[in-house]
Amino acid sequence: MLKRAGAMRHAKLMPWAKGLGTLFLMAFLSSCGQDYLQSTINPVTDYGEAIHKLYVQIFWWTMLILAVVWALMAYILIRFREKPGQERPKPVHGHVGLEIAWTLVPALIVVAIVIPTIRTIFEIQRPPEGDVLVVEVTGKRYWWSFHFPELGVTTANELHLPVGRPVSLRLESGDVIHSFWVPQLGGKRDVNPVVSVPEGREPKRNWMHITIREKGVFWGQCAEFCGEAHSLMGIRVVAQDEEEFQDWVETWRTPAPTANAPADAEPASPGTPAASADPARPDTGEVGEVREGGIAHAAIDAYEEDPLVARGREVFFRESYCVLCHAIEGTQAAGIIGPNLTRFGSRLTLGAGMLPNTDENLIAWIADPRGVKPGAQMPGAQYTVTYEGQTFPPLNLNDEQIRALAAYLSSMR
Amino acid sequence: MSAAAITAHAPSHPHGEATGIWSWITTVDHKRIGIMYFLTSFFFFFVGGLEALLIRIQLMRPENAFISAETYSQMFTMHGTTMVFLVAMPMAVAFFNYLVPLQIGARDVAFPRLNALSFWVFLFGGLYLNSSFLFGAAPNTSWVGYANLTSLQFTPGRNVEFWIIGLSILGASSILGGVNFITTIINLRAPGMKLMRMPLFTWMTLVTSFLLITALPVIAVALILLGFDRFFGANFFEVTAGGDPILWQHLFWLFGHPEVYILILPAFGIISDVIPTFSKKPLFGYPVVVYAGILIGFIGWGVWSHHMFTVGLGPIADSFFVASTMIIAIPTGIKIFNWLATMWGGSLRFPTPMLFAVGLVAVFTVGGLSGVMHASAPVDLQQHDSYFVVAHFHYVLVGGAMMGLFSGIYFWFPKVTGRMMNETIGKWHFWTTLVGFNLTFFPMHFAGLFGMPRRTWTYLEALNLETWNQLSTVGAFIFGASSLLLMWNLFHSVRKGEKASPNPWGAGTLEWALPSPPRHYNFAALPRVRSREPLWDEEERKEVEAVTMAEPDREPLMPSPSFWPVVLAFGLALTWILLMTHIWWMPLLGLAVTAVAVFGWAFQPAFR
Repeated sequence: MLKRAGAMRHAKLMPWAKGLGTLFLMAFLSSCGQDYLQSTINPVTDYGEAIHKLYVQIFWWTMLILAVVWALMAYILIRFREKPGQERPKPVHGHVGLEIAWTLVPALIVVAIVIPTIRTIFEIQRPPEGDVLVVEVTGKRYWWSFHFPELGVTTANELHLPVGRPVSLRLESGDVIHSFWVPQLGGKRDVNPVVSVPEGREPKRNWMHITIREKGVFWGQCAEFCGEAHSLMGIRVVAQDEEEFQDWVETWRTPAPTANAPADAEPASPGTPAASADPARPDTGEVGEVREGGIAHAAIDAYEEDPLVARGREVFFRESYCVLCHAIEGTQAAGIIGPNLTRFGSRLTLGAGMLPNTDENLIAWIADPRGVKPGAQMPGAQYTVTYEGQTFPPLNLNDEQIRALAAYLSSMR
Repeated sequence: MSAAAITAHAPSHPHGEATGIWSWITTVDHKRIGIMYFLTSFFFFFVGGLEALLIRIQLMRPENAFISAETYSQMFTMHGTTMVFLVAMPMAVAFFNYLVPLQIGARDVAFPRLNALSFWVFLFGGLYLNSSFLFGAAPNTSWVGYANLTSLQFTPGRNVEFWIIGLSILGASSILGGVNFITTIINLRAPGMKLMRMPLFTWMTLVTSFLLITALPVIAVALILLGFDRFFGANFFEVTAGGDPILWQHLFWLFGHPEVYILILPAFGIISDVIPTFSKKPLFGYPVVVYAGILIGFIGWGVWSHHMFTVGLGPIADSFFVASTMIIAIPTGIKIFNWLATMWGGSLRFPTPMLFAVGLVAVFTVGGLSGVMHASAPVDLQQHDSYFVVAHFHYVLVGGAMMGLFSGIYFWFPKVTGRMMNETIGKWHFWTTLVGFNLTFFPMHFAGLFGMPRRTWTYLEALNLETWNQLSTVGAFIFGASSLLLMWNLFHSVRKGEKASPNPWGAGTLEWALPSPPRHYNFAALPRVRSREPLWDEEERKEVEAVTMAEPDREPLMPSPSFWPVVLAFGLALTWILLMTHIWWMPLLGLAVTAVAVFGWAFQPAFR
């Protein structure tokens, strides 16, 4: 009846399929040599390994099924094409044996997948034993706070962890739902706001248990849509050996030499050890060093201190209201709304993993956070921000003040 | 108004019905309503497609700012919402409308006016939802709208309100449609059309309709709770007051997973009619395919938390939902094997409808299998909310639902218009779709495996995701162009297509016993059906066609047109929309229109 029906030529299929196949193969090969900083198939923890092992197993099951279905289909499509003058095929209505077969075989495969899956589910959610390092992770729009309750250390966006020691991350949101995802550490977990519960009941929070096996800097980001700047809510995990990690903790606990005004100019905050008195300071050797860009930092005493840094401190503590939101350990700044800025100068990135931590980027960020990262919740030099129902007026900073502020922040390495 | 209605209704000449715009607005004919459903959803298909292209341009380069982050949020939210609620669902409903009465031997659906109401409510809901663009306040919290991001505190502005109200209106339309089709299929079958003789498409319509009337109320409840939070300061999802945002996720996915089957089962139904036709063999294992469909519908209710493996529901809940989700792969596999067995030993022809049907089987299998991967909870912890999942559900919904609908368009176009679609353009359409589709979505598997989360406005250059994204963007444009081919083909063929005979494909089911296009009363007298493929048995065919093709002396009495469905739909939509004013008495105006329309409807006789 329809003359053109059945006119599909398989020859037509081949160039398309070949071309497409070649394209994917080329793209895959050319990309294999590259570093995928957020690769899910290159885990570095026990948790990530457990998931990856399961993934590989299921991957081969699915490839097997796909191969069977596609091969069968290709055979049918070629073998049973209408031939000229062919009689109407015999009407076959079904076959009980076949139906049972293709119900049972997939059912067995399902069982083969479900058993290791359930085993892994329980394995990865079991809390570790021994000397566990607990980290309280708080997701906020659009940055991360990391607090080590046993160490009294709080930092932001850049999480330092020791290699080889079990770590338990306790996840909690300060506003909307986020998801903590550092693919090389393992699968993501949602970071939920904590629901108020009646007195005496433990509020529910998620945990993630990992033991890192390799040193390195691992990239991650928020994986649950949380608003305008969701795509730029990054995480860096710096995995160090135990000794380096302890050094980092120690450094954090010691106020940076430039954090406070030199002792004779202004009385230090109570309980703040004098910076120069601490022999363990790792960057003492950097005194007076001048970096590219001309901003000097890390001056120890009043006579050598870079005037720009001193000026920046003035801006931070007196001319603007930075301290309302930000904290710097060992100073009077103790805000908890925004990221903790202790030893900010030593961080790899700013803006939650968005930009390398350079003076230039820092100046751009302070001047106009939203211009750099749309949706950022920090008030800019010239505009108002409403955050959690509170209105924050513009910082009202001029270029000179911003440059000084940047110099002060990056001086605390 | 009523004068005009009467004029329009004025007894038409024997073999036609009234023409003109007014006759379409007041129509209660399931075929016309089906055509309007199709045209509307086809229009929204291009709206949603345009949104997709903007997304793809933005992601073509790392750290790009082609559109702003806020615009991007609106684009992916509206792309998802549009494609699900304004394209895939209503396009399936277009097929339900046009075909179900023809396939079961009925003159119309059980409630013709209710059917018109469904359409108009859908149209107003769709237009209203999209009108948000005019205010720069399109919904921007993703198509799943997770609480507590949707609260007034975190998303001030009207965006979320447009979404709540738009979806509520659309949901009402779907529930009405579901009720109508269940009643029609159960009560209006021609003599001898036993349930187990119904064409597979009608069967899947029945299963889908049950899902519609059970799943849509769940999201209605969720939307009402959210609406109370936003409009009246309730605390259902407010954590500081003891509300729990996770409740939203349970409610949404309790609707959302059955919704997935609402989208895919009609496509399964379509190709279960197409494949036997072009294999010249009856469907292999008919009862098994039917039961598999019903089983999918049932189990579909017990798997919702597999969308929530990252939420932290605990290992026992995770294990349960892993098992139930894996089980659903079995009936799905059964369907695929039965389609293959239908083709086995057949005499296969490959015009465009069959190409799309076969394409669905090949491509859907990929999506089904990647689904098996993240049905495993631990694996899902890596894949969830990454581009791997984006690849998966596009393989299922575009490679599955849309391919099935395309197959149905080419298959039934001759029945609807009396003309054939152009085969050359059709083949081009198929191959460009296949290439464009795979080029768009296959690389997304890799983007996801290499750490690209979904719903991200941009990605850092250092992540090395550019190549995969560029491939997707190129593919998206090819796919977009292929859709233009379909539009051109429809436009061209409806006027210039080769004339179609009543049964151009040599199919076996009842709708092909009618003239193309069918007369407005479908069946002057009802045929007696004795088998699943009445047209494939020479004797039965003659018997049936003697009834279906006969010119009646007098046309059967059909329900009269009515303008009340439009008015009622308008009243209902208005009630909801006026909530946006935040003035308590404003919605009462809409209710007043609704009340008038209800009375007008009730007192207007169905037959005049």
